[in-house]
Amino acid sequence: MAKEQQSAQTLFRLSGVSCAGCVNKIESAVQGVAGVEDARVNLADKTLKVQGAAAPQACIEAVRQAGYDAEVAKSSERQRREEQRAQEERHYHQLLLRSAIALGVGLPLMAWGLITDKMSVNSFADQLAWGAMGLITLAILVFCGGQFFSGAWKALRHHSATMDTLVALGTGTAWLFSMLVVLVPHLLPESARHVYFEASAMIIGLISLGQALEVRARGRTSAAVEKLLELQDTSARVLRDGKEVDLPIEQVQAGDQLRVRPGEKIPVDGVVLEGGSLVDESMLTGEPVPVKKGEGDSLAAGTLNKNGSLLFRAEKVGADTRLAQIIEMVKNAQGSRVPIARLADKISAIFVPVVMIIAVVAALVWFNLGPDPRAAHMLVVLTSVLIIACPCALGLATPMSVMVGVGKGAEYGVLVRNGKALQQSCNLDVLVVDKTGTLTEGSPRLTDIESEGDSDELLRLLASLEQGSEHPLAEAVVIAAHEKKLDLQKPTDFEAITAHGVMGVISGKKVLLGNSKLMQRENIALGDWQARANNLAEQGRTVMYGAVDGVLQGIIAVADPIRDDAAAAIARLRKLGLRLEMLTGDNQASAEAVARQLKIDKVHAELLPEDKERIVAELQKGGARVGMVGDGINDAPALARADVGFAIGAGTDVAIESADVTLMRSSLHGVANAVELSRATLGNIKQNLFGAFIYNTLGIPIAAGVLYPLTGMLLSPIVAGAAMALSSLTVVSNANRLRFFKPSEVH
Amino acid sequence: MNAILVNTIGVLLIIAIIWWFWLGPRRGVAKTVAASEQLKILVKNGVYEPDHIRLPAGHAATLHFLREDPSPCSEWVIFPDLEISAELALNKETTVEIPAAKPGKYPFSCQMQMYRGTLTLE
Ligand SMILES: [Cu+2]
Repeated sequence: MAKEQQSAQTLFRLSGVSCAGCVNKIESAVQGVAGVEDARVNLADKTLKVQGAAAPQACIEAVRQAGYDAEVAKSSERQRREEQRAQEERHYHQLLLRSAIALGVGLPLMAWGLITDKMSVNSFADQLAWGAMGLITLAILVFCGGQFFSGAWKALRHHSATMDTLVALGTGTAWLFSMLVVLVPHLLPESARHVYFEASAMIIGLISLGQALEVRARGRTSAAVEKLLELQDTSARVLRDGKEVDLPIEQVQAGDQLRVRPGEKIPVDGVVLEGGSLVDESMLTGEPVPVKKGEGDSLAAGTLNKNGSLLFRAEKVGADTRLAQIIEMVKNAQGSRVPIARLADKISAIFVPVVMIIAVVAALVWFNLGPDPRAAHMLVVLTSVLIIACPCALGLATPMSVMVGVGKGAEYGVLVRNGKALQQSCNLDVLVVDKTGTLTEGSPRLTDIESEGDSDELLRLLASLEQGSEHPLAEAVVIAAHEKKLDLQKPTDFEAITAHGVMGVISGKKVLLGNSKLMQRENIALGDWQARANNLAEQGRTVMYGAVDGVLQGIIAVADPIRDDAAAAIARLRKLGLRLEMLTGDNQASAEAVARQLKIDKVHAELLPEDKERIVAELQKGGARVGMVGDGINDAPALARADVGFAIGAGTDVAIESADVTLMRSSLHGVANAVELSRATLGNIKQNLFGAFIYNTLGIPIAAGVLYPLTGMLLSPIVAGAAMALSSLTVVSNANRLRFFKPSEVH
Repeated sequence: MNAILVNTIGVLLIIAIIWWFWLGPRRGVAKTVAASEQLKILVKNGVYEPDHIRLPAGHAATLHFLREDPSPCSEWVIFPDLEISAELALNKETTVEIPAAKPGKYPFSCQMQMYRGTLTLE
């Protein structure tokens, strides 16, 4: 969605623009350019935003004709990130400074209190001294904690309460009470003439410090998207008028011819025109082995060209590249919620007002029932409860883990659409796998050829015959002959007999290729070949007989070979506790042969596309949580029906957003990675939630003073402030541990 | 005497909290616009302004968020029921597309649920 906006929008930086008159001139000039839907000048930052599919160069030309100059603004996502990071850095230093000042005042004050125990107001001199201290603390509250107060006030006016409310109320009450002591000490019992200025300053200082550390830790949390963004190159070598020129990536257009040399990154998505090279796609797909690319193969932006020079045509640029789509999707998923977060959400939503009530009730209990000094105790309890109860940690518990988990998945070529998919992937019972293309290579290959005499000669004859055939198995035979560099000839008198096979004449010999029915029809004895053929058929292969001049010469077998890594991946999935079932449109025998080799629990063969969805639904009716693996296009209904649909997106053009989880490589290892990642993330979320819940549920009663009868001590508001700052930091740090997640697959 | 005063203040405070945050009328904060109009939402100081937005149902719309609060809490805005989330740039407008959806109340918030707002489609 956001993708569309980006692709249809170009931003230009203008020069020479000074007044509203210029704005009109430029806007109307650019609006006249073909393909421009809307053009808007922003006078303040001197930019021009063009909506529509117009060529940037044409817009620039129009601006120049109007008497100004413009260039395409390189306000790329990465640049925006850098700005963001700079802002974050500034914010971090600001928080550190505030914290340092507040602690600089608070710490000596606290030390004074601890060493001399003179924190009470008993004389006029005390009043003067503490009054001055109160003003200094007020300055701290305004300068270092001002944002808490303004935030609290604004939220209050909106009938809502935030963590700012709690901090402001806590520190504010401590200060107000202390000021009351300073101004009218005689109105209070002697035991309650204690000031708490140090508490206000310390709490502001500690919370600011906590926030600063949190900003730091969070910066690392979004490292995954950062890494993806770094894959985008900033310039590309484009062929223009026969010359290679370096252009900023924003100026590359679909259809341009580009050159990448060894060791360079592919700048945009495209198709190879010339050259050959190994391309490392692991950053995008998680596939560890570099892929060989030659003429006609597709290239994806962000992948690394290893050893050859490639000339290619740009197909998709900017926000349309696969990499850009991945980044967009990861960003969206990172912000989504996991169902497990609902509880935390509900609690956070009503938490703050409830805490305020608890604080008042606790304060009243202490005032009415507590020991002396009652007023002092009441204040300590009120402040501590308000401060310790901040639900920040609770609110952070799930988003932080989801953010890291989703990002981590992208690194391994596992694109999770949202938090819900991430959560559901962790407790699947059954994994239903579409055979073709996932368990097998997806294209049939000649596996066996047995003959009486020269098998190459037989292959040559059969392949020559099959050249004219359109049967899918024929291709496998022809390719096998090409691989052996056999000389093929055109058959004469070619005839295809439906459901039997083909026949024709090659260099004067009458050649037949087909099943046993064809041989029977032509009165050719099968002899002991039949047993050998049955043997191969049992292994799941499609067997055909080849006869030359009325004599059976041999048999050939064709099969869709099992992928190299399928067995290992299935072993992993079984270890993860998943039951595997196979879906295929193929015949029962060959499906079962594959299932036997891979140790798949159950086979559903000879299926029509609509059957797949029915099978998923039946499994679900039986109470199973079903994951479905398919190639994303023809399996769409079944993928949608399953609790989690894993789309295998080996093709470049698979819609990344069609499934719950998109795997960038055509291997079941991707599913195992996704399940492992999901479990790691959920585990992390649970740790976070547990930590935050424990913290809040234990913290509040302790702050309210339930331990007083046992320990004779009340929790100091300062400790509460430190604990609160620590709790968020703990959650963010724990979430960051997920960054070290590694799937169990060993390369 | 003191005891009565303090207890009365306490009870009044509790009543005030309950009334203000839960029972009290929420007035003057909703903003209604035609679907074609631009709707700007300021993200600052712990609140969305406006925090109640009314839009006609069944039309796609665009919301413009301007985040002025550097605290990381406000970094993302999430519409959980619409499956929309957006990362808000600091001091820069971020557009969020709202697809055509059924009438109803769609709460939105930051990741921590500190910033909260409601989008009402009717
Ligand atoms: Cu918060």
